[in-house]
Amino acid sequence: MKKLINATDDVVRESLEGVEAAHGDRVRVSYDPAFVVRADAPVQGKVGVISGGGSGHEPMHGGFVGPGMLDAACPGEVFTSPTPDQMLEATKAVNGGAGVLHIVKNYTGDVLNFEMAADLAKGEGIDVTAVVTNDDVAVQDSLYTAGRRGVGVTVLLEKIVGAAAEEGKSLAEVTEIANRVNAEGRSMGMALTSCIVPAAGEPTFQLGDNEMEIGIGIHGEPGRERMPLEPADQITERLAAAVVDDLPYREGDQVLAFVNGMGGTPLIELYIVYRALKRFLDGRGITIARNLIGPYITSLEMAGTSITLLRLDDELTRLWDAPVNTPGLRWGV
Amino acid sequence: MAEYEQVADWIRRFAADVAERKGELTRLDQAIGDGDHGTNMDRGLRKAVEKLDAVEGNDIGAALKAVGMALVSSVGGAGGPLYGTFFLQAGQAAAGHSELDTEGFASMVRAGVDGVQARGKAEPEDKTMIDALLPAAAALEQGGDLADAAARAADAAEEGMRATIPLVARKGRASYLGERSRGHQDPGATSSALMMRAAAQAFADPS
Repeated sequence: MKKLINATDDVVRESLEGVEAAHGDRVRVSYDPAFVVRADAPVQGKVGVISGGGSGHEPMHGGFVGPGMLDAACPGEVFTSPTPDQMLEATKAVNGGAGVLHIVKNYTGDVLNFEMAADLAKGEGIDVTAVVTNDDVAVQDSLYTAGRRGVGVTVLLEKIVGAAAEEGKSLAEVTEIANRVNAEGRSMGMALTSCIVPAAGEPTFQLGDNEMEIGIGIHGEPGRERMPLEPADQITERLAAAVVDDLPYREGDQVLAFVNGMGGTPLIELYIVYRALKRFLDGRGITIARNLIGPYITSLEMAGTSITLLRLDDELTRLWDAPVNTPGLRWGV
Repeated sequence: MAEYEQVADWIRRFAADVAERKGELTRLDQAIGDGDHGTNMDRGLRKAVEKLDAVEGNDIGAALKAVGMALVSSVGGAGGPLYGTFFLQAGQAAAGHSELDTEGFASMVRAGVDGVQARGKAEPEDKTMIDALLPAAAALEQGGDLADAAARAADAAEEGMRATIPLVARKGRASYLGERSRGHQDPGATSSALMMRAAAQAFADPS
């Protein structure tokens, strides 16, 4: 394992110390329990929006804390859910009297820990609602599994819902928008190489030089199939077709197209994917009204990409365009 | 009868067994989960033993509640809320007691298992820790001498653990594997069996 770290046990904490050193003007960092919170929290009268999950997906979630997006984020160990005490303290820190929305990705650990935190916060008199993102079409949705995984839509949802809260919408309104974004979004990813969890010290899975995993999860979970490597245009078409056919997205739809890097894939390749995605959607009569291209929900050093589409209406478009000022996403300010 | 010190010894044995077998738990989890069960449980139980050592008095309920809170706040993953809930609920059932008879231990374990089911919503044969815990709770409810009952419960938990091997997972991350989860022993059922075996050992040894 070759990594820019000092000791495997210190990775999360030292990274948080770096975040505090770099962005102390916008965020505060609590270490015990660990969370990143807006420097001006709690904002009185504003719905608090928090998220959290295992570390290793940076900039999500800690990099999305700031005006117009998250009020706080709770980082767990690498690829391990954070714990209810972190979420409870973060909830209390951002509660400005209008209630708090928890944004949770659909993984059993995250869901259980956030449920427990919500129970504890309600016990302290704070209104808490939750949205569970589950946009990964690689997983068959079934009563006999834990359901679809939450992936790329989470990033878009945090931005849009953060803007809605910033506008002063109520907890019920913010929650409705969160559920709408989740319902209108779908994603699928692929990997060229594995990630290496620092504590494990070796690749999570093995892929041959001429192989790829289609439908990979953001923790290196297996996807739909392992197959011979193809050119970028064909890979993009595979992912895009699975995403488009699932909702389905139809001719005339306006979408936000998000081409995400898994951490080890350079932008030059992501733009090749975007080029192919644009052609594919043009062919289906689907219009890209907004786009986002870059590594925003990563899987450590994994090489690969994921494609997320979100069907837009006027309100979602307006909220997407609203100002945001976080270390990871910044415009309009 | 189990005295307070034997109950505390149960937790310390459980922590020591998990520390010793953390590699095995992690390997089981790598096969069908995300490979962090051994590391997470070891970290959480170390913290739980620290908290347990700081508990004053001999209220078994207070001691188990401290263990539960420590697990909730330090394990992470699904194991934290599930094992944390087990000990929080068990602690509530044992509140105010400084010793346990078979019936007391049985109702404590039942309260814990009910809590785990309410939190995780797993049914029998979903390939989870419930598959080890439910048979253990039922074995305890048959009564008899505590040392014998705890030993029967540990046997039942281990049998339940082995019976997860041919099952297809329907809960947790292993459920994504579908048929591919068949043929692997569930890591959560394995740590639960260790927990019940630790109880049998703690209650067998006169303190």
